[in-house]
Amino acid sequence: MYEEVGTTTEGDLVINVGPQHPATHGVLHLVITLNGETIKKVEPHLGYIHRSIEKMCESLSYRQFIYVTSRMDYLSSHINNHACALCVEKGLQVEIPPRAQIIRILMDELTRIASHELWWGAMAMDLGAFTPFFHAFRERESINDIMEETCGARLTMNYMVPGGVMQDIHPNFQKRVKDFLVQYKKKIKEYDELVTGNIIFQNRMKGIGYLSPEDAISYGCTGPAARGSGVSSDIRKLYPYEIYDKLEFDEVLETAGDSFARYMVRIREMEQSIRIIEQLKDNIPEGDYQAKTKAVLKLPKGEFYTRVETARGELGVYIVSEGGTTPYRIKFRSPGFSNLSVLDHIARGSKIGDLVAMMGTLDLVIPDIDR
Amino acid sequence: MTNEELKIKITELLPAATFEEGGEWINVNVAPQNWLSIAQQLRSNEDLFFDYLFCLTCIDWKTHLTMVYHLSSTRYRHNMVVKAKLDRNKPEIETVSHIWRTAEFHEREVYEMFGVNFLNHPDLRLLILPDGWEGKNPLRKDFEDPINMIRL
Repeated sequence: MYEEVGTTTEGDLVINVGPQHPATHGVLHLVITLNGETIKKVEPHLGYIHRSIEKMCESLSYRQFIYVTSRMDYLSSHINNHACALCVEKGLQVEIPPRAQIIRILMDELTRIASHELWWGAMAMDLGAFTPFFHAFRERESINDIMEETCGARLTMNYMVPGGVMQDIHPNFQKRVKDFLVQYKKKIKEYDELVTGNIIFQNRMKGIGYLSPEDAISYGCTGPAARGSGVSSDIRKLYPYEIYDKLEFDEVLETAGDSFARYMVRIREMEQSIRIIEQLKDNIPEGDYQAKTKAVLKLPKGEFYTRVETARGELGVYIVSEGGTTPYRIKFRSPGFSNLSVLDHIARGSKIGDLVAMMGTLDLVIPDIDR
Repeated sequence: MTNEELKIKITELLPAATFEEGGEWINVNVAPQNWLSIAQQLRSNEDLFFDYLFCLTCIDWKTHLTMVYHLSSTRYRHNMVVKAKLDRNKPEIETVSHIWRTAEFHEREVYEMFGVNFLNHPDLRLLILPDGWEGKNPLRKDFEDPINMIRL
């Protein structure tokens, strides 16, 4: 007796995944309605790590609020800070020194690699392969060490401030980045041997969680989730910020729209990030790392919106200013929130065992969704 | 299309719309009761083709609420902002979740945080807040919580 997919009738099994479940990578609570093993409905319940960052920012000054945003998408904290700094700079109409621009891009791309590394290891672990996690963390550690030396932190960096970056880079920075690239290029081949080419892995990924390009746009999917369906959505290419328009890199697109396509987008994106770092690592110009700004920042009355590309997709920062020292209203359009909303759509009709693979390729970071 | 061309095109389509100056994108103010038909036109018109709603939020101005919709076209890469002024005591507006599916979650967030009632929404329930928070709207400016709110 099969009812229409999406309705709950007597006899359907309703199970809870999370909020304390290792495969949700955080406190995400999914209520899943099952008919046998087939998913009829996935209902996300959010808010277990909701800190109301938007409300908090309303009482913080334009220098202070950036520190809170590192705690949203903690795997892309540099890029979150970058988005906020850009938005404040847009309001203040400050020009950033070229040195700061290059440092920012280098940090962004290193963050993107580190974030994709963690995703790769964690996703393989969800599917039952434990070894890749250690391989991924080996490389991620070297990036974290580079970050620690320059920013003093390994996770919530708070390095980018309105006007540039907080401190100059460490004297060892360039050398360590070069060492990392040499080491990393040797290792990245292992990834394909270990996971990508594995037939069991491919069988679990190909054709699972199909997302059409139209649905990807309609659900507001961005980042690798949209690019896996062939939707061009890389903000670095479409609405370039800093000097991304002068750099040579490709927007990675796959057309299959399934979990494997989303997986391949991230793997190939790491290579593009390497390309960007290689162009910049020897070309950090001398000069100031921070533009001169007033001690107390006041944005003019108006509305400012910036979009940047985080490791998960499009992050939008919307500041409404009344001319004071604190924002009147601030909204973070987080990529994870929209990417999560598509989960119900792509999971319906699949088997429960495939849900973890789909969640893995959406790369959900729960503090980013809850904010 | 550039902002100027967009402005001309939208004026043709919606003679009643008023524009707000400033900002990098064009700002259109619409009446809440007209929003649904306007949204349908913006989405389906071949020259505008706003198929991507990238931000949906609300602002509490103490005297009224303003719904803000940021729209983009993946075909032409132009952007616009639509605003609708709502009555603060009885905020109501038609849902657009069947036009842009992403609005379903975003509208649920605005519903619980600002108390805006989205008419004909398929599933208007609390999304982030726990049960028992219906009617309390934390992102409104007059919300008070002496225990959990830290004022700096």
